[in-house]
Amino acid sequence: MSEHFDAIVVGAGPSGNAAAYTMAKAGLNVLQIDRGEYPGSKNVQGAILYADALERIIPDFREHAPLERHVVEQRMWLLDEKSHTGAHYRSDDFNEDKPNRYTILRAQFDKWFSRQVRAAGALLITETTVTNLVKDDAGRVIGVETDREGGPIYADVVVLGEGVNALVGQNAGLRPELKPQHVALAVKETHFLPEQTVRDRFNLAGEDDGVVIEVVGSVSSGMVGTGFLYTNKESISIGVGCLISDFAETCIPPYELLDNFKSHPSVAPLLKGSEMKEYVAHLIPEGGYNAIPRLTGDGWVIIGDAGQFVNAVHREGSNLAMTTGRLAGESIVQLKAERKPITEANLKLYRDKLADSFVMKDLKKYRRIPALLERNKQLFTAYPKAMSQALQMFLRVDGTDKRSKESAMMRSVKRARGSWLGVATDMFKLMRAWR
Amino acid sequence: MTQIVQRMEERLFQNRYLVDEGRPHIQINRAAVDSPQLRSLISICPAGCYTADEDGRVEIASDGCMECGTCRIVCQATGEIEWSYPRGGYGVLYKFG
Repeated sequence: MSEHFDAIVVGAGPSGNAAAYTMAKAGLNVLQIDRGEYPGSKNVQGAILYADALERIIPDFREHAPLERHVVEQRMWLLDEKSHTGAHYRSDDFNEDKPNRYTILRAQFDKWFSRQVRAAGALLITETTVTNLVKDDAGRVIGVETDREGGPIYADVVVLGEGVNALVGQNAGLRPELKPQHVALAVKETHFLPEQTVRDRFNLAGEDDGVVIEVVGSVSSGMVGTGFLYTNKESISIGVGCLISDFAETCIPPYELLDNFKSHPSVAPLLKGSEMKEYVAHLIPEGGYNAIPRLTGDGWVIIGDAGQFVNAVHREGSNLAMTTGRLAGESIVQLKAERKPITEANLKLYRDKLADSFVMKDLKKYRRIPALLERNKQLFTAYPKAMSQALQMFLRVDGTDKRSKESAMMRSVKRARGSWLGVATDMFKLMRAWR
Repeated sequence: MTQIVQRMEERLFQNRYLVDEGRPHIQINRAAVDSPQLRSLISICPAGCYTADEDGRVEIASDGCMECGTCRIVCQATGEIEWSYPRGGYGVLYKFG
């Protein structure tokens, strides 16, 4: 293949598809390369689709994209061994013409997204692993090498949407290795149940209504991590993820965490009788703002998970991926239209668009959170336990007067954290990091 | 009735793989002694690819690998793991992802 492309996009996930679609739609000659059998076959997510990010790329996506359920209820659980303390929010406002969040199955969704990319005019080759970047004598990136015969393929710019485990950029020396404390390992199973059973168990009136449960506490066994449970059309996605540094230190098997989560008394009845049809593992970049690598250079741009674009606090990732992919695509389209070379200097356009978007604003807002959580693991253990003990005391009617109960509840919070100073310090640190 | 605690073989049996026979994409560069990082993989590899051989040395069978990259990152400092993506089309093939 000796043809020269305007752009080569590495990867066919949400970021790569967003970039390839944006550029192809604007008339650029785009080649996209994915190592899977079909686009999506290597891709993993919880998965929640955030409509806004996709709507800005494909406004009518709801008419043809494979969506599972739209989210009408969010449950946030603090898990203790035998209990959960929950805050649930459900609103009929979420039953709108254009719902805001959907559950999806990524292998199916990515296949659909990729069809739109090809319909927009991009050329896709699958079952091909990009092995390295090609540079000229000046160090500019001018193309890619793959594991297919036919030699290097050249382009004006290489867009790296290769995902969290970003070996291409790393092998080419564009970025440092991931740090174990900046990345979480998540495992997930997909459990199938009859559609009506899913609706009954989650109290869902509409046939496409869905529930999301996000969980902290004993689900991570003292590590920095979270669990989740999402309702799909006729299945439930259930998973748990914790920092790799914590897994390496504790040597807790990730699937053991998942089994414990599934057998929790608050969770087991939701899965009863289900059939597990897939088990997946994937990394999630959780280092936040301070872990973002250099994003641009002469002839290359980084988008999506490869750029650490995940908001770990709000469990957002696919929307940041699509948005960074779109912004990179738009920047390249603009530079091509102005007949400017795709250089580090000219790609300031992309960096400025990012800085101006919710992506960088949000990551910057929470830049202190990852280090805070990593150094304050008691937040994941002490408080869910204290909450459970306090509420149990409050709810049990056993002849104890209420004032004595209140004192005992306060003592249980103090005991869980060791001292009131500890509690005050935790609250202060959290508030400061949240600002 | 759902079987909550599953054996690894039963878990991975649900997944589709196209194994690149004779070309494992992960290899161990053995040092004189296995590092604690390498040994941790016996517990934390989500696919259970790492086991101890009869001499207690860590060995790998990467057929069930889900290509997450955990072992590569855990052992980056020790240099004991040689990791590349499988050849295009090979490896794990997710139905749902």
